Amino acid sequence: MQNMQDIVGVVLVGTLLAACGGNEAPAVEPVAPTPEPPPLVEAPIAEPPPLVAEIVSDAPPPLVEDTIENRSLDEINLESPFTPVFFGLDSFVLDAEAQQMAAANAELLYQFPTWVVTIEGHCDERGTAEYNLALGERRAQAVKAYLVSLGIEESRILTVSYGKEFPFDPGHDEQAWAANRRGHFVLTSR
Amino acid sequence: MTNTALTPGTTRSSRAVTASPRRGTVTAVATILAGILALGLLSGALRAAVLPPPLVAAPTPAAAVLVRQVLEVQTPGAGQQQPSEIGLRITGDPGAPTSYAVPDFIALTPGTEEIGRTIGEVLWQDLNFEREFYLIPRDTYGSVPVARGPTQIPFDAWRELGADAVVFGTIRRDGDTLRVEVRLFNVRSRQSVFGIEYSGSDRDPRQYAHAASDDIHLQQRALNGVARTRIAFASDRNRESVVGTVEVRDVKEVYITDYDGANQRRITANRQLNITPVWSPDGRAIAYTSYRRGYPDVFIAYIYEGRQETPTEGVGQNFLPAWSPDGTQIAFTSNRDGNSEIYVMNSDGSNVRRLTSNPAIDVTPTWSPTGTQIAFTSDRSGSPQIYLMGADGLNLRRVTLEESYADRPTWSPAPFNEIAFASRTGPGYDIKTYDLATGVVRQITFGQGSNESPAFSPNGRHIAFTSSRTGSQQIFTVGRDGRNVRQLTRNGNNNTPSWSR
Repeated sequence: MQNMQDIVGVVLVGTLLAACGGNEAPAVEPVAPTPEPPPLVEAPIAEPPPLVAEIVSDAPPPLVEDTIENRSLDEINLESPFTPVFFGLDSFVLDAEAQQMAAANAELLYQFPTWVVTIEGHCDERGTAEYNLALGERRAQAVKAYLVSLGIEESRILTVSYGKEFPFDPGHDEQAWAANRRGHFVLTSR
Repeated sequence: MTNTALTPGTTRSSRAVTASPRRGTVTAVATILAGILALGLLSGALRAAVLPPPLVAAPTPAAAVLVRQVLEVQTPGAGQQQPSEIGLRITGDPGAPTSYAVPDFIALTPGTEEIGRTIGEVLWQDLNFEREFYLIPRDTYGSVPVARGPTQIPFDAWRELGADAVVFGTIRRDGDTLRVEVRLFNVRSRQSVFGIEYSGSDRDPRQYAHAASDDIHLQQRALNGVARTRIAFASDRNRESVVGTVEVRDVKEVYITDYDGANQRRITANRQLNITPVWSPDGRAIAYTSYRRGYPDVFIAYIYEGRQETPTEGVGQNFLPAWSPDGTQIAFTSNRDGNSEIYVMNSDGSNVRRLTSNPAIDVTPTWSPTGTQIAFTSDRSGSPQIYLMGADGLNLRRVTLEESYADRPTWSPAPFNEIAFASRTGPGYDIKTYDLATGVVRQITFGQGSNESPAFSPNGRHIAFTSSRTGSQQIFTVGRDGRNVRQLTRNGNNNTPSWSR
């Protein structure tokens, strides 16, 4: 399965590169006979790199879109394209950084308009088990509300709270706690 | 040492009404008989052996049913006159707790020696648990000759060891049936004040000790012991992974244990997150929060029937169920109307009423012993605090005023009128109680790890809770005075205990 993806990936990358080369060729060809416009040559040549660079940076989404056909939800979630949204202690407010993370996830949802996600609300061990069930719910709802404010349909966002039952980092320090206070995105259907 | 203020009269009536359903888990018969026995003993009607009707409780897969027969006891001063309760009650030296000795039970059938040792040891532990008596350590009994029969008890030797009361017990085996005879002797008067024969399965000899302990506490102290109660909790000890997620997550299943940590066993098996179990008042069902559908919902497991109900199915996400004291209603938390609010429904899911209406979090309800009030946690003030309202949602007031963070209120049973809760006392939490009559807050645990999720024993004298003091989350019990801390679980992580009624 993984091999298949690799092959598909390689083929796609190859195709894209070939496509780039194809674009370059016509630009170079007419230049060859006339020695005069080297600046002209330079210009088209100078441009492709940014073009290539752009393709590389933009390439993953189309690649993901293509390989997704061959991937299960679990496989996608394993290398999750989503970013967790982190919270402060006892807080369910999205600060600027959290909003940025949430917005990046919203971007993905724009790109894949059929995707439905579940936002899991998680808490650190410094809250109590019972209240944390509600706090995690509140965190998941806060992330959802922000996504909805960015134009994502409400029906595409499910929420669930796990309180402090499923810590991502089993540690008992500041770093672990920070990692465990999160809205965690899971792709639920596509 | 807190002695319950129950009079014999109230004991009898409360026993008959409130305790009999609990026996569904152990012995439905025995409790009713306990009431009869208490009546009989206290009124002195027991000169001749009272033969209880041969009732047999409906067999349940998990319940050890003990049939009991009251034995003849020699009551001091008994003739035509009725013996007084004081005559039956063994007391020690003035100002000192009554000293009990509980040697091994005597194996009348060869091969039951180990059972005799187990019952002696467990009965010693059970009697020690309530701290009504001083239990003379069993490893000091070596100098006392072993009595093979009730007429051979070496009272002088027990007296020298400091015993005011000594238990004499025997074991007979008939096939897979055990007959366990328990007598309690007043060392000074050399007379038996208590005698019951328990018979039933040989599957779990500990249950015989538990039954005898509860009967002795009832007769000698008018106290409802907890030796036959159980504690439900959630545990990840199996280290099974949750299905349907790519994260590495250990499932939590609901487990039950005897009050002393023995006989731990799993009662759910759905490889999901199952937490916050609560016993129904009759001890036949456990309601809990399960994520088996991918989101939290209230499930009820009728553990002796293998039946399951889902009273909140299909309406929002629902969690933290709490049975009303009469078992007819369940309070719970739900986000069905947009955010966490407190609701009440009939236990079959009908007649849902919303009790709170606040944009802040309202969560984890608990009922007053009379069922007329509900306490819960709300962060409407900016931090989680305990609030109180009528069971109709009216007359709201805030209970905790001095805490920075308070959660998981649990109302004590009568005769105490307290709400236990977890309070942030530093990096972690400690268990505190709030006395509703005086407003006094007492701290029960003191900074040994984080201590959460308090749950009262049915007699109100003990609190089960979750503690991280050993490095992982484990279930502990503690006396309501903060003493007598005991660890019940050791495997994996275990939390959110509930004590059966």
